[in-house]
Amino acid sequence: MPLLEVNRAFNSYGAVPVISDVTLNAERGELVCLLGPSGCGKTTLLRLIAGLETLDSGTISFDGANLHSVAPHSRGFGLMFQDLALFPHMNVYGNVGFGLRMQGLSSGAVRRRVDEMLELVDLVNYGDRKVHELSGGERQRVALARSLAPAPKLLMLDEPLASLDRVLREALQIQVRAILKEVGVTSIYVTHDKDEAFAIADTIVFMKRGSVVQAGPPETLFRAPATELVARSLGIRNIIAGTIVGASEDVEIATSVGTLTVGGPAPAEMSVGDEVLVLIDERQLFVEPIHDDPSADVIVLNGVVRERKFRGGEAEIHVTVGNDELVSIVSSADPRSDVKAGQDVCIVIPPKAITLLPTA
Amino acid sequence: MSRSSIVAAVMLVLVFAVACGGDEDSELIIMTHDSFDISEAVIQEFEDANDATVVIQKAGDAGEALVRAILEKGNPSADLLYGIDNTYLGRALEQEIFDTYRPELLDQVPAQFKFDESGHVTPINYGYVNLNYDVNFLAENDLTPPARLEELTAPEWKGKLVVQNPASSSPGLAFLISTISYFGEDDEYDYLDFWRDLKANDLLVKDGWSDSYYTDFSQYGGDRPLVVSYATSPAAEVFFSETPIDVPPTGNILIDKATFAQIEGIGILKGANSKDLAKKFIDFALGTTFQEDFPDKMFVYPVNQNASTPDFFKFAEVPSLPADISANEIGEKREQWIQAWTKVVLR
Amino acid sequence: MTASRLLTLGPLAFLAVFFLYPLVAILGRSFGGGALGLDPFQELLGDSYYLGRIWFTIWQATLSTLLTLVLGLPVAYLFARHEFPGKTILKALTTLPFIMPTIVVAMGFIALLGPQGIVNTALSDVFGSNAPQLRVTNTLTIIFLAHAFYNYSIVVRIVSAYWANLSPRFGESAAMLGAGRVRTFVHVTLPLLLPAVWSSAILVFVFSFTSFGVVLVLGGPQFATVEVAIYELTVKLFRLEVAGALAIIQLVFTYVFLFVYSRVQAQSAVPITLVASESVSRRRKSARDILLVVGIVAGLLVVLSPLLALIERAVSTSGGYSLTHFVSLFSNDSGSFFYLSPMRVVWNSVRFALASTAIAMLVGTSAAYVIVRPGRRSSILDALFMLPLVVSAVTLGFGFLVAFNRPPIDLRGSWLILVIAHSLIAYPFVIRTLLPVLRGMPPHLKESAAVLGASPFRVFIHIEIPIIARALLVGATFAFAVSMGEFGASLLLVRAEFTTIPVAIFRLLGQPGEANLGQALAMSTLLMAVVALGFVAIERFRYRDVGGF
Repeated sequence: MPLLEVNRAFNSYGAVPVISDVTLNAERGELVCLLGPSGCGKTTLLRLIAGLETLDSGTISFDGANLHSVAPHSRGFGLMFQDLALFPHMNVYGNVGFGLRMQGLSSGAVRRRVDEMLELVDLVNYGDRKVHELSGGERQRVALARSLAPAPKLLMLDEPLASLDRVLREALQIQVRAILKEVGVTSIYVTHDKDEAFAIADTIVFMKRGSVVQAGPPETLFRAPATELVARSLGIRNIIAGTIVGASEDVEIATSVGTLTVGGPAPAEMSVGDEVLVLIDERQLFVEPIHDDPSADVIVLNGVVRERKFRGGEAEIHVTVGNDELVSIVSSADPRSDVKAGQDVCIVIPPKAITLLPTA
Repeated sequence: MSRSSIVAAVMLVLVFAVACGGDEDSELIIMTHDSFDISEAVIQEFEDANDATVVIQKAGDAGEALVRAILEKGNPSADLLYGIDNTYLGRALEQEIFDTYRPELLDQVPAQFKFDESGHVTPINYGYVNLNYDVNFLAENDLTPPARLEELTAPEWKGKLVVQNPASSSPGLAFLISTISYFGEDDEYDYLDFWRDLKANDLLVKDGWSDSYYTDFSQYGGDRPLVVSYATSPAAEVFFSETPIDVPPTGNILIDKATFAQIEGIGILKGANSKDLAKKFIDFALGTTFQEDFPDKMFVYPVNQNASTPDFFKFAEVPSLPADISANEIGEKREQWIQAWTKVVLR
Repeated sequence: MTASRLLTLGPLAFLAVFFLYPLVAILGRSFGGGALGLDPFQELLGDSYYLGRIWFTIWQATLSTLLTLVLGLPVAYLFARHEFPGKTILKALTTLPFIMPTIVVAMGFIALLGPQGIVNTALSDVFGSNAPQLRVTNTLTIIFLAHAFYNYSIVVRIVSAYWANLSPRFGESAAMLGAGRVRTFVHVTLPLLLPAVWSSAILVFVFSFTSFGVVLVLGGPQFATVEVAIYELTVKLFRLEVAGALAIIQLVFTYVFLFVYSRVQAQSAVPITLVASESVSRRRKSARDILLVVGIVAGLLVVLSPLLALIERAVSTSGGYSLTHFVSLFSNDSGSFFYLSPMRVVWNSVRFALASTAIAMLVGTSAAYVIVRPGRRSSILDALFMLPLVVSAVTLGFGFLVAFNRPPIDLRGSWLILVIAHSLIAYPFVIRTLLPVLRGMPPHLKESAAVLGASPFRVFIHIEIPIIARALLVGATFAFAVSMGEFGASLLLVRAEFTTIPVAIFRLLGQPGEANLGQALAMSTLLMAVVALGFVAIERFRYRDVGGF
């Protein structure tokens, strides 16, 4: 049984629905990421779970118990706000120890636990610092320590790194995941940044306009996005529109770049005449000046290199095919990366690089 | 326990505290104005003699105390109201807030002070409102105190006089009545003509006696050597001087028909709890013990002719011919006079 | 939910029982208990005198408010952003004018600027007897000056408390964007301060609008405000129905005004990051800073000079400086029934002030929480809670007598009537000082604490109180000050044993003679000393160890 169960939750602000029919689970120790554009209801969902907002209908249960009548301060959860909400009138020690004092711990126990937490977030000896004397990254870690100190049964983090610069953010993503995993706390992490979600999550829940579009491990989402939006949001660029023209044995799709044949039976819900999207994994297709292995079970298209960029150790090759453009990413050490703009090339697509998506 | 419950608890306590306020039978409550003063020993004497407790409530100035009594008519918070003068008597009688009582000791009060023929209000003290002048200022500027009110409109008295607003101050009203008595209402040059000329002569009007006396009178840092005050004020200046003096620094201007005799009295409020005690107190207030006690506190004269006044009252001359306007007439016309005056002087 | 219902009902019940009920009772009485006729209204609106009074009241209050803001803002800046020796004392002194009886202040002005005052004496010493004479007393000018003198501390206190926790980063970033000092203030700092500026401005406006003593004592009866007109109609002309009609007109006008104002203030509120005041004070001072501080302090001393002149007069006797007047306060030479030792008088004032402050804090704080709750009714309630400040004192005073005149609640003759009256005019200060801070408080702070396991009550104790503490202290300061200086209600109910300091002063000034004047001034000096001590004590009071919040 999942630890946290959100079942058919609805919530509205005035007449405007904010959360509609959300169902969501989190297993013990799992790190769930709520991903989606701003305004999609992620934060509201957190606040509902925290008890800061009330459901119009639906249930939220934790460990089998309905949370409906449990006040926020009695839920034993933690919530780290985007603005961190550090108490300006307390020093670091006071902030981190606040939840412990609320639990009625002795001052000795509070001190031990605070020290432990400060060590965990690498802020040893910061206890006496005033909040306004800290740097951005330090504040983030104080807020994390404060949320973790009372050993919450569930920790929620609302865009905790959003205000930081890129370098610091990427460093902290890794640190935060490591800390959460070390503590073993069940967490829900809200972000609008897919890279952050991929870096942190065990499970990603993709939300749009108050509803869950797709939920699953990062790889699943990436391999089999449920909708074009998810696909685009996850950064998939090779998306071509087409129509199914044959489904008898292999699936055949007519597209602007030619008819693509994909081995294996079509998904059950698809039949001839359906409009579909063809997703091609940019890391699995590759580009060759001449394709000279007709025996291989691949699709070959002809195109012209528009641009070649280097990103770190990888080359990103943009090829114009008809009216569309496909992107291939290969290691810059790979000889296949050695093409020039304007060069005629063959695009080689292994069938397993293709995912079919019904259009909305 | 939340904040709100604390609020609720405090309120509850308040209500109970109020509800449980005690009332004693032998308690006499006297409502009066804020200038009233008397010796503790005198009150003590009355309390001992009658086995009673006297509570004195001051309810603002005389006008405020009267309005309060009127608003409380039938359910008074006091037994006696002290401080009704001849400018307010008409209003008090019209509102029928008093029971009648005619103490025997009224025999010892000269007829001119028995201002209420209906027997509701017993006179206790009297004083005179008139112009005071700053002796030094006049001497330094070669001025002699005016012998007639008309002189005040002459250039030499320009910017020299401060009076009080009759709409807010008792001496202010008394002086207005003096001018009505002096100039008349329908004469060729009536009191309003006089006030118009006074205004043109840089008259200063203040709201109350205290601020005119202590901020505008030249004796106390102002620049006006003439002020509307009381005939006893020069005596009080002697009494309250920092170093003993024989000659008062201020003097009285006593012009015939241009001073006003202010008589103050006491009455039993209708519906009073301790009516008998109230009657005894009125008797006591007319007696010499009480009558001889207040002159050096309130600077007014006792109405009982057998009561003596302190020595320094020799500086408080008694005008020979005060204004001759009856309490009845004042009662009828005071509003009309005040409004007419306000139109001429203030607007 | 029930707790929050109670929270709403508490202050509303207080207002209903101790304000609306007496008001309705006296107005009902004024109109003879019958139907509300239109005659008195027609009489008022047809009379150019009363229309003129209404118009005068509005524009003098507006001008007074502007002048007060101009005077108060630099001082607010001084106290918010600078540390210097003697700051606490100076801060206590700035609030003194607020509590002084008008007649005493008038004497201070006379001692300084009067015909025989220090300034004019000096002028004639220098230029001879034909010297130009400075004349401000009994003019319209002095009404404005006096209103500014009385009320600037409202601006200083409320704005500086808010300013002190305002992050200087805003100003600094404006400076980085190329804005000069003046433009930074006008375009960045002032808009951020607006919630507090509005709060203080409305109080100043209301005080100037209902001004009574200042206008009468310093200006004279020709400058009567609506408040004065109501008083005269009630007490001197016995035109209760016309007075009631005028009171209703005043009430309706001010209610509409307050409602609009409340809307504007609510809109000007922005949640901002609050920082500890220690981090805000300018530590490194440039020569320009020091010059500014010295300049403002000097200006402040000039403003306070009428009070200094009073103290000087209190200790001067014909034989030079001495404490004679103070000593004679302690003896009851005439054996008066009404004599109370100055200790008793001070104790009366202090205990009534403490009780009023306590009630005002309770009512004001819970009312402020009711007002900040989101919803369309908040401005309606806000304006309603402000009404006790604007209703004519004499109307409300008599309302009490009419309303609470029978068991079980017969308040006539009880000191409670004093305390309740004082708290009615004190709690709006608590509301006004709290609103900007409550509205500016980041909502996540409370939620954070709640999620960390703090119950609403503990959130209030551990998070909200420390953050609103500074504003709460300012509210307490004014509640205390209002009660210490209050006079009208105290005069309506004085039993000898309840004599407060202002009443004692008034009593002494009711009779002619140097000794009375001297003792009144000694008593005034005592009042200043007690209140200044109280202010310093409040200033020193810190909620736990939270420091500058």
